[in-house]
Amino acid sequence: MGSFHLTKMSLRNLFKKPATKMYPVIAPTFTPMTKGHVVNDIEVCILCGICEKKCPSLAITVDKPAETWIIDPFACIQCYSCIRTCPKDCLTMLPQYTGASTEKCSRSITKPELSPEDKAAQEIAAREKEARIAAAKAAKAAKDELANKE
Amino acid sequence: MGQRTVIPFGPQHPVLPEPVHLDLIIEDEKVIEAIPQLGFVHRGLEKLVQKKDYTAFVAVTERICGICSFGHSLGYSQTIEVLMSIEVPRRAEFLRVIWHELSRVHSHLLWLGLLADGFGYENLFMQCWRLRERVLDIFEATTGGRVILSACNVGGVNQDIFDEDLRGIVRVLDGMRGEFGELSKTFFRDRSVQNRLGGVGYLSKEEAQDLCIVGPFARASGVEEDIRSYGYGGYSALASFEPITSKRGDGYARCEVRAREVLQSMDIIAELVDKIPDTPLMTSVKGAPGADSIAVSRLEQPRGECFYYAKGNGTKYLERFRIRTPTSQNIAGMTKTLQGCDLADVPLNVLTIDPCISCTER
Ligand code: SF4
Ligand code: SF4
Repeated sequence: MGSFHLTKMSLRNLFKKPATKMYPVIAPTFTPMTKGHVVNDIEVCILCGICEKKCPSLAITVDKPAETWIIDPFACIQCYSCIRTCPKDCLTMLPQYTGASTEKCSRSITKPELSPEDKAAQEIAAREKEARIAAAKAAKAAKDELANKE
Repeated sequence: MGQRTVIPFGPQHPVLPEPVHLDLIIEDEKVIEAIPQLGFVHRGLEKLVQKKDYTAFVAVTERICGICSFGHSLGYSQTIEVLMSIEVPRRAEFLRVIWHELSRVHSHLLWLGLLADGFGYENLFMQCWRLRERVLDIFEATTGGRVILSACNVGGVNQDIFDEDLRGIVRVLDGMRGEFGELSKTFFRDRSVQNRLGGVGYLSKEEAQDLCIVGPFARASGVEEDIRSYGYGGYSALASFEPITSKRGDGYARCEVRAREVLQSMDIIAELVDKIPDTPLMTSVKGAPGADSIAVSRLEQPRGECFYYAKGNGTKYLERFRIRTPTSQNIAGMTKTLQGCDLADVPLNVLTIDPCISCTER
């Protein structure tokens, strides 16, 4: 029994730094792990739509024809499902929380227009790929024919 | 004999963090009967299980309650793992226990603070919550979230904690021990605290057993019941586990049991960190729960035993999911302790059972 058991701690606290911060004058500190918001590296993204299917709060929409990836940052619950399942590892969680806003708006990112050189390179690659496929098909047909003859 | 009056208590009341309503039937300042009324924060989360696929539902279970959020995701995952016979890697089981025990530490510190606030000891309240902040910082550093951790999933855990970080956690908790010792000394020895809590809300062991009371509320009345002692998951690795009990059965005993459980949780974490094996973190989960498969599992939440039931129907949506939370059991005991108490003791009485209404109503 007795009283004043907390006096020592209270006195110590007088000479310590405050336990609270003057937010927003002093910005909060985040750890590298802090879950703030999801960003997509659209150049790597193949718009496969897996993240859209896996998101429990339906925050992501993938519009393949328009080549656009849309996220509603206010619906996102930072659960990591999309980041874990993305086949291209193009999603990342950044520590900063979504800022305050007067309206609930989505954020959309569209695949950038390609430069003429990139476009040409892509066309060449596509043509080469087609040629490779055709060659492989022809080789297979020839092999089958040979097997049939025997 | 005085006249009987009905006094409404709640759903908004300074001691209540969550809404519950009591109709107190009063005679000469003594409570004759308390009739509880629930349903203010019902969100129909159990029904949602039919619309969200069973892996995505973890995110929903975590949001049942803001204090035992990790416990609910763990309980749900455990039930689905029984339902689908999934073996959880050992390291994941250990990490689950470590996060769950940290939740217990922060939940009890939160409650001790609320209790101090309830009897008007503001300084003690602030010190408890200041200490609790360190546990939340651990959560943020290890999982990225302070309240909703999203760390547990069906089949294992999503994140690892590196061994040196685990030792760092133990160091932080060791650092908290000294300060927590000073706080518990205040709770245990301070005259004003003793006068305020001693004899308030007495519940005998027989009454506690009859009313199926669970958790620290039951243990404070001498019922030796703690699901952790059955050694589920990572608890099986503990050398020994003794539930903390008290025989006094009053508000002071509940405070004592919870304060000692904080230290017990710290010991459990330290022991598991020493023993943690190096295995993968996640078993990949394929398929869906079988048609008509049923599973149950139990878990010791900070407030007591929590019971989970799940029924599959062959698709990736469950047929039924049910949670029986500790507070839904303890409300019966609370109304019992209220009978015959002074009107002035009602807030404290309600507080000492640590009610968690959001869990109860889901
Ligand atoms: S899962 Fe990855 S690659 Fe697929 S659409 Fe989403 S962000 Fe793009
Ligand atoms: S983190 Fe979760 S809620 Fe947010 S976009 Fe990804 S899957 Fe959806």
